[in-house]
Amino acid sequence: MSSKFKNTIGSLILLYLPLLLLFISVFNEFDFNYLNYQYFSFNFPFILIFYWSLKRIETLGYGFIFIAGMFNDAVLGFPIGISSLTYLIICGFAAYLRNITLRPSLTRDWLYFLFTILVANSINYFLLVLFFSIEINYYEILGNIIFTFLLYYIFAHIFDIYRKILLRIKV
Amino acid sequence: MATSRDDFVIAIRSAFLKKGNKQRFSLIGLIFFSIGLLIVSKINIPVTNYLKITLNEIVYRTSFIVSVPEKKIQDVSNKIKNHLNVYNEYLLVKEELKEIQTKKYETQFLQEENKRLKKTINEYIYNSKELVAKVLIDKNSPFLKSIIVNKGSKDNIKLGMAVLDESYLVGKIVEVNYSTSRVLLVSDLNSKIPVGIEPGNIQSILSGTGKQNGKIEYLETDISIKDKSIVYTSGSGGLFKPGIPIGTYHKETDESYEIVNFFSKLSQLTFVKLVSFEEGNK
Repeated sequence: MSSKFKNTIGSLILLYLPLLLLFISVFNEFDFNYLNYQYFSFNFPFILIFYWSLKRIETLGYGFIFIAGMFNDAVLGFPIGISSLTYLIICGFAAYLRNITLRPSLTRDWLYFLFTILVANSINYFLLVLFFSIEINYYEILGNIIFTFLLYYIFAHIFDIYRKILLRIKV
Repeated sequence: MATSRDDFVIAIRSAFLKKGNKQRFSLIGLIFFSIGLLIVSKINIPVTNYLKITLNEIVYRTSFIVSVPEKKIQDVSNKIKNHLNVYNEYLLVKEELKEIQTKKYETQFLQEENKRLKKTINEYIYNSKELVAKVLIDKNSPFLKSIIVNKGSKDNIKLGMAVLDESYLVGKIVEVNYSTSRVLLVSDLNSKIPVGIEPGNIQSILSGTGKQNGKIEYLETDISIKDKSIVYTSGSGGLFKPGIPIGTYHKETDESYEIVNFFSKLSQLTFVKLVSFEEGNK
């Protein structure tokens, strides 16, 4: 009984690990900013949302992504709804890519991810600057986009391994 | 040609309109809901303000708990850095201490004299109320430089209150919830503080740069500021008391590089003072 219970809990955690990571990352913003390297920051939720929307959207779910965006806005002090909108735009781009892709390739996903975060960030900053009159440092944004794009490749490999584990144990 | 357009439309429709496997909401519905939320938050309706305050309260507390492991890592990293720099800092502190000891009595005398003279010319003397607050969240986001503190409207915190680290200005209150508040740091791009620069009592505006320093804006072209001048609050606008130290002005000889280095380390705030000022007896 106890081992069955442990197995159920374990498989649930394993199955919803990306969702857990999404909420931890929006609450905690773990982007290594505290290292104080100038212009080094990356947007982990973007990577997570794009990858899982592309490969297995059931893991995250649009509703949870929307809620995670609201939490992110509250943590960062942005107007409520702006991160949700950005995250959902990323989901839309990923869903479109999923629909038109017959043979998935990481390099193509990676380049498409760059296009996606450029569009999503542009909408985000257009709204923040023009609609809400919040000033933003464009060099920081550029740094953030570049590092998010570069790190996608590494995280995509890690998530691929994680998906294979999920398939092997049939969660 | 028509077929590829049809494919595009079908793919878009499927991506945005179709509820996927195990999905309760369609993407387009949630996108419209987000836009609706944005419009409502722009209009600033009281009901949504209450909802926002409730959401903030829950999120800040949760974020504080979730951030504990990262804070521990940050503390260890800071400790290692401090240990490595301890000898150099010791030498600097020793020098500074000598200077401070010589200035201490002189300052005391000047303060007393200043009070007496202010009374003579009927100038306001400021009374201040201080409240110590703990920093709950210090995100150091690349976009907004702000911190969350554990004092809110239940502790009589008001919008615009000055936030000090020791006796140095680090920011002002920009959002008040029931038991938490957000402080916009002086380093944020959106922070604009009226300042006076000494020597010379040059009046200007200090703006954040989004990094760990600030810059002087709206200065007359014929005014030149000396290197290593001290930047204080000017008290213009009545928000802050005049004379709160903020940082030191630095410039290159060719004036290609001008910044204000803050006295306080904004990335390492743990406790801050929330201060309200009022003009006291003349």
